[in-house]
Amino acid sequence: MSPRPFWSPFWAGIALGLALFLTFVLTGHGLGASGFFTRLTAEAGQWLAPELTAANRYLGDYVRGEPLQAWITWEVLGAFVGALVGALSGRRFRPQVERGPTSGVGSRLGLALVGGVLTGFGARLARGCTSGLGLSGGAALAVGGFVFLICFFAAGFLFSFIVRRYWQ
Amino acid sequence: MIWPLYDSGVAAGLLAGFLFGFVLENAGFGSPRKLTGQFRLEDWSVFKVMFTAVIVAALLLWLSKQIGFMGGGSYYVPTPFYVAMAVGGLLIGAGFAIGGYCPGTSVAGLAGGRFDALVFMVGMLLGTALFAAWFGPLEELYLATSGPQGQTLMDLSGLPEWLIIVALAAVAWGGFRLGSTLERKLGGPYQASDLFRESNNHN
Repeated sequence: MSPRPFWSPFWAGIALGLALFLTFVLTGHGLGASGFFTRLTAEAGQWLAPELTAANRYLGDYVRGEPLQAWITWEVLGAFVGALVGALSGRRFRPQVERGPTSGVGSRLGLALVGGVLTGFGARLARGCTSGLGLSGGAALAVGGFVFLICFFAAGFLFSFIVRRYWQ
Repeated sequence: MIWPLYDSGVAAGLLAGFLFGFVLENAGFGSPRKLTGQFRLEDWSVFKVMFTAVIVAALLLWLSKQIGFMGGGSYYVPTPFYVAMAVGGLLIGAGFAIGGYCPGTSVAGLAGGRFDALVFMVGMLLGTALFAAWFGPLEELYLATSGPQGQTLMDLSGLPEWLIIVALAAVAWGGFRLGSTLERKLGGPYQASDLFRESNNHN
């Protein structure tokens, strides 16, 4: 079965803007993602190293309650289901390691891990990620959102030069 | 005034998330090749979708305040911490170019069956743990150069909100033009048919 085409960027942008506005109307804040991974780290820390996690000044606050009982958990779970419905209905669900044509599985997964570490660290420093700070902060016309977005695109272009042979 | 509802319940989270994930996947944002194509300048979808969404939501938020549907200051505006947000933005931009995702798009990637998205998520947990482990020495940077609480572009520039939105729309229009020109020149953007073969031959 051949995949259905993607939505055009313009209409996908309109749809994302409407979903973002609806989120503001319902909750008083925008969409996010990285906050869930912070909570998941706290939850994992609670299992693997409970004393260390409870004593940690950053994660300690999270484990005083139930770290995963938060709006962002339901939102990310919803995003997973929404994307799954999108992939299945668009005939785009493929179990795979997606990578450039000349890139091996090992190097792709290695780079995915490195990219994830940088992203997880960066999102905590910035207090948000591309969704929470860039998209939602941008829509709220927050200065912080635009500081983030400018630096995000600048570093993306710079590092893309270094790793482009893995993607092309 | 009852809007926003300030509903942080399960249903509101699932609904907002469902729409978010559904749109991301349909935009092609589960695919790391398409996403990183933005930074090779051959696929401008990330810029186009994000900028359009920001302008649509900003316009609707402005209109909501104009007609009294929502009050000024009724929704969350992040406070800038200039250095931390700049450095964090640089790290996430680097992580995106190297790893192929950001936190939200990795969820869409995994939902589409991508094992590399799961590895990216494991990396994010490790990165978060590293940040927490080094929070002591990092705290000064984390709290440095804070701007006014909830500072907006209007506060910074003194310009009215509608004019900021018009200026953003002008930037977006220029970006759409430039992006489409470069896409034609560089053989992009990635179509679903380029990314999903009938029989996946390099699986």
